[in-house]
Amino acid sequence: MGTVAKIIAQRLGLGILTLFIVSIVIFTAVNMLPGDFAESILGQGATPEAVAAIRRDLGLDQSPVSRYFDWLGGAVRGDFGSSFAQANFASFTGSDSGSGLTSVAQQIAPRFANTMFLASVAAIIAVPLSLTLGVLAALFRNSVFDRVVNIATLSSISSPEFFLAYVLILVFAVLNPWLPSLSNIYEGMSFPERLEKTLLPALTLTLVVTAHMMRMTRAAIINLLASPYIEMARLKGLSPMRVILRHALPNALAPIVNVVALNLAYLITGVVVVEVVFVYPGIGQLFVDSVKIRDIPVVQACCLIFAAAYILLNLTADILSILSNPRLRHPR
Amino acid sequence: MTKLSRRSLLRTGAAAGVLAASGLPLRAQAKRGGRLRVGLNGANSSDSWDARTHADVFMISAGHGTVFDCLTEVAADGALKGELATDWEASPDAKVWTFNLRQGVTFHNGKSFGADDVIESLQLHVAEGSKSAAGPIVSRITEMKKLGEHQVQFVLGSGNADFPYLLADYHLVIYPAGQIEESLQQGIGTGLYRVASFEPGVRFLGTRVDSHYKDGEAGWFDEVEFIAINDNTARTNALLTGQVDSINRIDRKTEGLLKANPMLRIQEVSGNEHYTFPMLTDVAPFDDVNVRRALKYAVNRQEMVDKILLGHGRIANDSPVGPANQFFAGDLEQLSYDPDKAKFYLKEAGYDSIDLDLSASSAAFDGAVDAAQLYQASARPAGININVVQEPADGYWSNVWIKKPWCASYWGGRATEDWMLSSAYEEGVPWNDSQWDSKDSARFQTLLVEARAELDTVKRREMYTEMQMILRDDGGVIIPMFANFVQALNNKVAAPETVGNYFQMDNCRMTERWWMA
Repeated sequence: MGTVAKIIAQRLGLGILTLFIVSIVIFTAVNMLPGDFAESILGQGATPEAVAAIRRDLGLDQSPVSRYFDWLGGAVRGDFGSSFAQANFASFTGSDSGSGLTSVAQQIAPRFANTMFLASVAAIIAVPLSLTLGVLAALFRNSVFDRVVNIATLSSISSPEFFLAYVLILVFAVLNPWLPSLSNIYEGMSFPERLEKTLLPALTLTLVVTAHMMRMTRAAIINLLASPYIEMARLKGLSPMRVILRHALPNALAPIVNVVALNLAYLITGVVVVEVVFVYPGIGQLFVDSVKIRDIPVVQACCLIFAAAYILLNLTADILSILSNPRLRHPR
Repeated sequence: MTKLSRRSLLRTGAAAGVLAASGLPLRAQAKRGGRLRVGLNGANSSDSWDARTHADVFMISAGHGTVFDCLTEVAADGALKGELATDWEASPDAKVWTFNLRQGVTFHNGKSFGADDVIESLQLHVAEGSKSAAGPIVSRITEMKKLGEHQVQFVLGSGNADFPYLLADYHLVIYPAGQIEESLQQGIGTGLYRVASFEPGVRFLGTRVDSHYKDGEAGWFDEVEFIAINDNTARTNALLTGQVDSINRIDRKTEGLLKANPMLRIQEVSGNEHYTFPMLTDVAPFDDVNVRRALKYAVNRQEMVDKILLGHGRIANDSPVGPANQFFAGDLEQLSYDPDKAKFYLKEAGYDSIDLDLSASSAAFDGAVDAAQLYQASARPAGININVVQEPADGYWSNVWIKKPWCASYWGGRATEDWMLSSAYEEGVPWNDSQWDSKDSARFQTLLVEARAELDTVKRREMYTEMQMILRDDGGVIIPMFANFVQALNNKVAAPETVGNYFQMDNCRMTERWWMA
């Protein structure tokens, strides 16, 4: 067990380093985009004086290096500051900036909760579905069922998300008005209503992630079916279903858990397009809006959340695969 | 009187057409009840009830159109009527304005409305450090006097005949005095609907107040819901699947498909928004009026309306005064495409042929680069060789507009002539995108100042007509077209026959003026 704790500590340390590098990359990338917050928010009204005034108010006239370290100093203490849009509006109206401003954290929190809700609904549908399909495909491999499932999931993963989303809207909202095409969930909505509104985006995400998990389950199990101990089980006269569930599946868990965790991370970080298509008020939409106006504090915070989700779920995947494999648990 | 000539309402719904044909006054059909659900773009997670920050259709509709009131209101037919003011009077030099305020009006929290509310609310726009877009309007007021609980007097620095019009601006909503902080946070106004729920950048829900001074004239819904849908396709989908009853700004390319759906109808009004090609009149060769005239005849305006606006607009005459303006001179002789005349003026300027750079980007308007290429093709026969320079959309307004000698641009248009002309054609103002001043036309600058303080409508009309002629003949901005406001409704919602045309969605007052069919 001591090795596992060591690995966790090591990985967390590396994770923090990764977050740090990600923040530098994002900051540089946003700074390399043409135009800045002052110019994009002013649009046609961008007189040199107005641009200069906003840059001065927001500290955009400082050098990028000192701005980055200012931001980093706050972020380390858990203070992600206020979004440029908020700060600008405060100075716009003449009220003293700083007090009463919505912080980036407050702005992101409800959006992040929404994204997590969507990801959970998608995961609850996608994970059992793809595991079942994978086991069944392994059981009836090379049958018509196996081929149909393979073709269907592979074509859905090969299509761009927005295309899948529009196909689902066409089928389930336009041709057969069963589900709403608009997922505008809001506070105070009852749970069933919220679930109904979230269903189409969740199904879109399900279509995107199912193939990967299902194929991995199928491959891992088939791989094991050639092993001598499976042959032994068969010779004992066990039913094929029992052979797969009791004998093959536990040994195939490591790669499956790994790919499930990877796809869960995708459910959180890959929602941008889906949220925009369905008007789902999650973090992805906030992210897109913020990039558009070069609102660096919000962009940075969103990216860090995405990166942290990836790192944590990857870490979980590695640890679970170690725990499920005695050979890795007790290395010689 | 002038109403009909000002209107150019193209289409309302079939139902409205039938009702109009039956001779029944439409208003009589309006009835209370129901919930209006609208999908709007232009929403942002930093939106608030502070009208000084309002800039796009979502908050303009929710603010001045639904929760708050201004002193005056531009009616759908373009006439000015009182909102929180009942009537007003000007001194002969249009410098001192006295407004009588409506009695018996209460805010949503029960506070009664009076002169203090007006004065405190207007002062917000000139507060220390405020960058309110309405600041220039309020800063013209040198003194605000409370003459009584329900009477205020404004003294202006210089005469302005349009002053009551300016008070209808959507930034100038009235907040309760002494409670402005709360009101900015919670949205406490005197409007027809109180705030039931507001999530910035996501959704607004308003419920009808029990009794209101507009009862029987406006505010027919029990509830109104705005849903922020910034993406064009998603907005169209929401309308098609019945998630919302109406959407703003439909995509011109999919308009045909929406029209084919019997459940939906398109509402289209021709307003003041115009697409432009400003030239810097202090830079050669655009400082030569003959070069400018050659360019005026070298553009095929109708072709641009047909191909860039897909017919959703009308040709313009190089003047920014549009069909939604009071003194729009629609009967002036129209500039037409004439390569021979263009060649003639080019010769007058001393050129056989000329090479010009035209900067364009999609930031200026949808299809600006295509429009520049059409210009290039139509100008070639006149010996004008236009080189279209495609500029990046990011930073276009800072790096290209008013920097490059000739570029593509747009203006949303303004409710009054003076407001538009003094924003972009008055000597020395920052947005003067053709550097148009008295070296070009001293007469124009004099007229601009004189017309502002003139109260006699007939004289003003003459002055503004002359200014439109000067801009048509000598002006430094090529204005080939006015773009229509195009929105869509389903059959559950009815709208009056006359729809406001100085902003989208019935001047952002759909929650007041529409009703459930």
